[in-house]
Amino acid sequence: MEYFVQQLINGITLGSIYGLIAIGYTMVYGIIGMINFAHGDIFMVGAFTALIAFLVLVAVGVTAVPLALFLVLLVAMALTSLYGWTVERIAYRPLRHSFRLAPLISAIGMSIVLQNYVQVAQGARVKPLPPLIRGGYTLFEGNDFAVRLSNIQIIVVVTTLILMAGFSFMVARTRLGRNMRACEQDLKMAALVGIDVDRTISLTFVIGAALAAVAGLMFLLYYGVVDFFIGFLAGVKAFTAAVLGGIGSLPGAMLGGILIGLIETMWSAYFSIEYKDVAAFAVLIIVLIFLPTGILGRPEVEKV
Amino acid sequence: MSEPAPPPRESEPAAKRLDILAAVKEAAIAALVAFGLFVLLIGIRTEQGPTGALVFTTRFTLLAEIVAAVFVGSLLRSLLWARAAALLARLLPRSDGAIAANVSRFLAPAFVAFALVVPILFYRNSYALGLASLIATYTMLGFGLNIVVGLAGLLDLGYVAFYAVGAYSYALLAQYVGLSFWSCLPLAGIFAAFAGLLLGFPVLRLRGDYLAIVTLGFGEIIRLILLNWQNFTGGPNGVSTPHPTFFGLPFTAADDGFAATFGLAYAPAQRAVFLYYLIVALALLTNWVTLRLRRLPIGRAWEALREDEIACRALGINTTSTKLTAFSMGAMFGGLAGAFFATRQGFISPESFTFGESALVLAIVVLGGMGSQLGVAIAATVMLGGFELFREFEQYRMLVFGAAMVAIVIYRPRGLVSTRTPSVFLHQRKAVPAAIVQDARTGVETPT
Repeated sequence: MEYFVQQLINGITLGSIYGLIAIGYTMVYGIIGMINFAHGDIFMVGAFTALIAFLVLVAVGVTAVPLALFLVLLVAMALTSLYGWTVERIAYRPLRHSFRLAPLISAIGMSIVLQNYVQVAQGARVKPLPPLIRGGYTLFEGNDFAVRLSNIQIIVVVTTLILMAGFSFMVARTRLGRNMRACEQDLKMAALVGIDVDRTISLTFVIGAALAAVAGLMFLLYYGVVDFFIGFLAGVKAFTAAVLGGIGSLPGAMLGGILIGLIETMWSAYFSIEYKDVAAFAVLIIVLIFLPTGILGRPEVEKV
Repeated sequence: MSEPAPPPRESEPAAKRLDILAAVKEAAIAALVAFGLFVLLIGIRTEQGPTGALVFTTRFTLLAEIVAAVFVGSLLRSLLWARAAALLARLLPRSDGAIAANVSRFLAPAFVAFALVVPILFYRNSYALGLASLIATYTMLGFGLNIVVGLAGLLDLGYVAFYAVGAYSYALLAQYVGLSFWSCLPLAGIFAAFAGLLLGFPVLRLRGDYLAIVTLGFGEIIRLILLNWQNFTGGPNGVSTPHPTFFGLPFTAADDGFAATFGLAYAPAQRAVFLYYLIVALALLTNWVTLRLRRLPIGRAWEALREDEIACRALGINTTSTKLTAFSMGAMFGGLAGAFFATRQGFISPESFTFGESALVLAIVVLGGMGSQLGVAIAATVMLGGFELFREFEQYRMLVFGAAMVAIVIYRPRGLVSTRTPSVFLHQRKAVPAAIVQDARTGVETPT
C-alpha cells in the first residue's frame, strides 16, 4: 500500500512533465492537423537552455536558488519559444499547401537537425546538475516503508497546475485564444473573417515551445541529467499522452500525461523496468486502434 | 485584379532604396533571431570539469561569426534570390515529362550496367566494394519501402523493424537450428512478411499521421524486445552470424572451398564480390517484382489507395487486403535485405536497427521521388556516397542530412525524379509530372 502511494506520487510528477509537453502536440495538431515531430526536441533544447542559463547565472553571482530558478525559467521560456517560432517559420509554413505527408517528413528532418545541432554544440555526453532543491516531507510510514513527497515533486506539480490554469484561461478568454479556437475549427473560414492565420499558428508554436521549456526545466531539476537524446522518448510519450487524452483537447492532454506517467511508473514498479518504454509504446498503439478519439476528444468526421 | 498604372519614372530609384532598406531590416531581424537562438547553446559550451561538476567556456567569436553569416545570408537572399531564381529558370527549362522520360529510359539501364561492372572496376579496392554493397542494400530497402510509402501511400516510420526481423531470423535460425544462409533467406522473408501482417492488422483503420506514429511505435517495440530479451537474442551484445557460402561452398582457402572447387587462386575479395552480386540480384529482384506488381490489379489498387481511400472503397476495392499486401510485400523485401545485412556483417546487435535507420530509408524514398524506382537508386547512391565523402565531418553529417530532408520537402517535394510512368496509357507510354499524380488529394483537403 505504502509502495503504491509512493509510485502514485512519482507517477503524477512524471505525468505532469509529459502533460506540459503534450499541450504543444495537441494544440498544433488541433490547428493544422500535423504531428510536430520536432516538439520533443524542442523540449530537449529547453532543458539545455535552462541548464546553461543556470550555470551562467551562478557564474555571474546569482546564487539565491529561488531567484536563479525564476530567471532561468524566464530565459528558457523566451529562448525556447524562439526555437518553436523558427522551426515553424522555416520547416512548416512553406508546406502549408503541400501534399499531406510533407509536413511530417519535414518535421522528422527538423527533429534530426535539432538533435544533432545540440550534440555538435554541446557534446554527446550527459550533463549532470547537482540537486538544487532538496528536502521534502515524509507523509506516513508503515511496513518499513516511508512515503515521501519531495519538494521538487511539489514544485513540478504546482507549476504545472498554475501553467495549466493560466493557459486554459488564455484559450477560453483572450482574443488570441479565440483566434486559436477559430483556426482549429476551420482555417479558411477563420482567414475569411479576418483572423491572421499565420500569426495565430506562429503563436501556437511559440506557446507550445514555452510550455515545453518549462517541462525541460522540470525534467532537469527532477532527474538532474540531460543529454541530446532525451527529446525522442519524451516526445513520443507526450504524443501518446495527447492522443490518449483526445488530440485537440487541453484537459485531455493533461489527463493523458498523468495517465501515461502513472502507467510508466507502475509498470516499472510492478513488472519490469526494462520494458517500461515498451509499455508506453504499446499503450500508444492500443489507444490509437481502439480509442482513436481519446478520452476527451471529439470524433473526427471525414467528409469527401 | 486590374493592373495599376505604372509609377512615374522618378520614383524608381526611391523604390530601389526602399527595397534595400527593407532587406537590411529583414536581415537585422534574422540576425537578432539567430543571436537569440545561438547565444546560449553555441555561445557557451558546457563540459564536465575535473571535479565532475559542469564548467563552461565561452565561444563568443564563433557566435558572432554565425550571426554575421546569417545577416549576410539573409541580405543576399532577399536582394539576389529573385534574380538568381529567374536566371536559373531560364537556364534550366522545367523538366517536362517527355525529356525526363527519355533521360530515364537511358539512365536506368546505364545505372544497372554500371552496378554490374562495379566489382570488375574495383576488384582490388575492398573499401569501394563494401560501400557499393552498402548502397545496394539501402537501394533494396528503399525499393521495399517504396511499395508501402510510394505506391500505397502509407507512411511507415518503423520500416527498420522488418529489416531487424529478417536479420535476426537468419542469425537466430543459424545459431539455434543450424540452418544455412540459403535456407534462411526465404524464411527471413516469410517471417518479415508475417511481421508486416501483424503490424498491418491493427493499423488498418488508421490514416496518415496516426499510422506513421503507430509504425514508429512498432519499430521501437521490436528493437526494445531484441535489446531486453537477453537469453534469446543476446541483448545488447548481439549475435554473430556465419559467413555466407557459394551454395554450400565456403569462401576459404581450404580444399573444399569456392576457389579450389573452381580451380581459382584463393582471394579474400571473392567473398566481397559474391556478396555484392548477391545484394544487387536481390535489389533487382525487388525492382522487377515491384514493376510487375504495378501492372497487376493489386498494384493499381495500391496506387488508387494512395490517391483517395474513400473513392477506393466506393469503387469496391477491398482496402483491407490492399493495405495488408502492401505492408507484407514491403516487409518481405525488408526482411530479405536484413538477412543479407546479417550475413555480410557477421554480427548484428539492436544498435543497427534504431529509428535513425528508418528515417534514412524514408529520406531515400522521399528524396528519390516517392514511387520512382530510379529515383530511389540515385538517392541511395547520393546519400550514402555523401555520407562516405564527408566521413571526416562525422559530427556534422547527420545535421546536414536532416537539413537536406527539410530542404528537399520544401523545394522539391516530388523528389529528384519527379515524373511517373502511368500504369495505364492510351497510345504511347509517356511520363507525367508527379505533381499531377499526387495532387488529387491536396487540392481539396483542409485540415480538420
